[in-house]
Amino acid sequence: MGREAVGGSELDKDSKRAMKIHEYQAKELFGKYGIAVPRGRCVARKEAAGEAAREIGGRVVVKAQVHAGGRGKAGGIKLAETPAEAELRAGEIIGMTLVSHQTGSEGKLVRKVLIEEAVEVEQELYLGMVVDRDHARVALIASEEGGMEIEVVAAESPEKILQVGVDPRVGLQTFQARQVVFGLHLPQELIREGAKLVSNLYKLFMGTDASLVEINPLVITKEGKLLAADAKINFDDNALGRHADIVELRDIDEEEPTEVEASKYDLNYVKLDGEVGCMVNGAGLAMATMDIIKLHGSMPANFLDVGGAASAERVEQAFRILLSDKKVKAVLINIFGGIVRCDRVATGVVEAARNLEIKVPIVVRLAGTNSELAADILNESGLTFTVAKDLDDAARKAVAAVKTGSKMNAV
Amino acid sequence: MSILIDSETKVVVQGITGSEGTFHTQQMLSYGTKVVAGVTPGKGGQTHEGVGVYNTVAEAVRQTGANSSAIFVPPAFAADAIMEAAGGGVKVIVCISEGIPTLDMVKVATFIEGKDVVLIGPNCPGVISPGKAKVGIMPGNIHREGKVGVISRSGTLTYEAVAQLTEEGLGESTCIGLGGDPIIGTRFIDGLKMFQADDQTEGVVLIGEIGGSDEETAAGFIKQEFSKPVVAFIAGQTAPPGKRMGHAGAIIAGGKGTAREKVEALQASGVTVVDSPADIGKAMKKVLAS
Repeated sequence: MGREAVGGSELDKDSKRAMKIHEYQAKELFGKYGIAVPRGRCVARKEAAGEAAREIGGRVVVKAQVHAGGRGKAGGIKLAETPAEAELRAGEIIGMTLVSHQTGSEGKLVRKVLIEEAVEVEQELYLGMVVDRDHARVALIASEEGGMEIEVVAAESPEKILQVGVDPRVGLQTFQARQVVFGLHLPQELIREGAKLVSNLYKLFMGTDASLVEINPLVITKEGKLLAADAKINFDDNALGRHADIVELRDIDEEEPTEVEASKYDLNYVKLDGEVGCMVNGAGLAMATMDIIKLHGSMPANFLDVGGAASAERVEQAFRILLSDKKVKAVLINIFGGIVRCDRVATGVVEAARNLEIKVPIVVRLAGTNSELAADILNESGLTFTVAKDLDDAARKAVAAVKTGSKMNAV
Repeated sequence: MSILIDSETKVVVQGITGSEGTFHTQQMLSYGTKVVAGVTPGKGGQTHEGVGVYNTVAEAVRQTGANSSAIFVPPAFAADAIMEAAGGGVKVIVCISEGIPTLDMVKVATFIEGKDVVLIGPNCPGVISPGKAKVGIMPGNIHREGKVGVISRSGTLTYEAVAQLTEEGLGESTCIGLGGDPIIGTRFIDGLKMFQADDQTEGVVLIGEIGGSDEETAAGFIKQEFSKPVVAFIAGQTAPPGKRMGHAGAIIAGGKGTAREKVEALQASGVTVVDSPADIGKAMKKVLAS
């Protein structure tokens, strides 16, 4: 269940395949599904921010639109009393590099802001929906502790978390929606509206093949209205094929450029901080290779899964991407051929080494289908590779290559 | 004895006329697997790779007595294919297809609930009982018939472990690749129950990964009920804490899922957990000798 969340790791298989959208886009979707949101408009220039604020009227909130949480603490959300102030605040936020616990130290450049009516909050609640993988069903999660990180609530006071599983045979039932709103202790006059909101959230989840939907906080305003003050939706990438409208919402600017480049070649790449560039087939073996590099005293520079069809061209692209990281001091290629034939990988490695004039040492370990043939190709190439006999040997040699800083590759 | 599949297993390949289906049908046949039928809707009556093709699984089962299925259909149609197999009388369903939408798998899980079928996968390398049969895409030649059961969430990392077991002269009884998707059919605990009852299996190698809580569940079962020695490796110890973490998923999982939590849970159940993926074979040899 929620594998994207529980591992706390971006290498976890679901999370690397979960398309995200901006808050303003999520709120537009909410609107389409009948979930009330504050009035607002997304702008990319500060002049437009003043105009939007005038149109909305009264106090507004200026909210940075980036694919990361923790925006408030990072200075990406500010209140403005007047249109002039909204313009000023928008000017401060647009173009800033927002650094929060979810962006990494390099932060994220803010390109757009959402100008939204400032609502007077009476109470903050939490409402979310996710796939519960243990029970193979969709589950609703609700809590009266809105506005804070739900993991913290779950860890510190699990009794404040309400969960409702949905039977896929019949879908969400009205009594379950009521269970949620009564569980949240909504005031009497909001019960009907709240149940409707819960049922609309379920429709949105199913209708868009979401993998995670969160309203945090869901607010009750001083005027007694129920509004989704924030909105977060992740989608199941495996289902994007049937949602052309959702695919259009993708914002490439929010993604790591090397990862975008890698995905064009169907390579699965995640940049890390170490020195050993890794090229491996299969996600599990790729993670195991990273682990053994650490065990021998260095750190992996990346996770890179070349997948099941490691053709010569794909290997060359993989090289290009992992060497674009200047921290890489040695490359370790670890391929266990099954369906992938080692001789083809070896040919790709040799071609890439020639074409790219690689200056760092390359350690190669090829096992399985056609590995002997592959060894011959490497040996006869006239290039210098360090050939390793097994996984342990490969990791030792790669780490040694980093430490000595030797230039074993003679290209 | 082995589990799930053996030399009597009769396989129907769903999606046999596609490129993946064609290639792996050849590979399975050359390993000695009895591939008795193929299914591609609309191509019934043809012969492909020497195997008769049917329009439906039910017809293939009626005509050939197939009791196991290997699925190679494109992801958009794979959930339907699994349900067809489950409704068509097949007992062991191995779904190789990668990229099935999660909500499709929610339907599948509900559909097969209570039916007398075992689903392996999806997005997995399949099952092999060395020397007897393979229903999947793993390279047959690295395996050798022997005494260790292998159960893993990974693909190529499983091959790594298998090669080490073969190298150490231990061999394997049955190897199961569970698959890496959020919703899968067979999990660690299901495989362990089968290995517990299998005479050929003297020890089990368990290969886990970060994420989810199946390893922790398995640890609980091992402590309570599993009597054979277990060697485990958990991949992903260096994976950085996530900037891409979701939120709500962690709640249901109870905050489990890190490599450290999994390793600790397994160790507390008496499992030998190796730090290095290169030590799996050696460790198994040692525990079986003691």
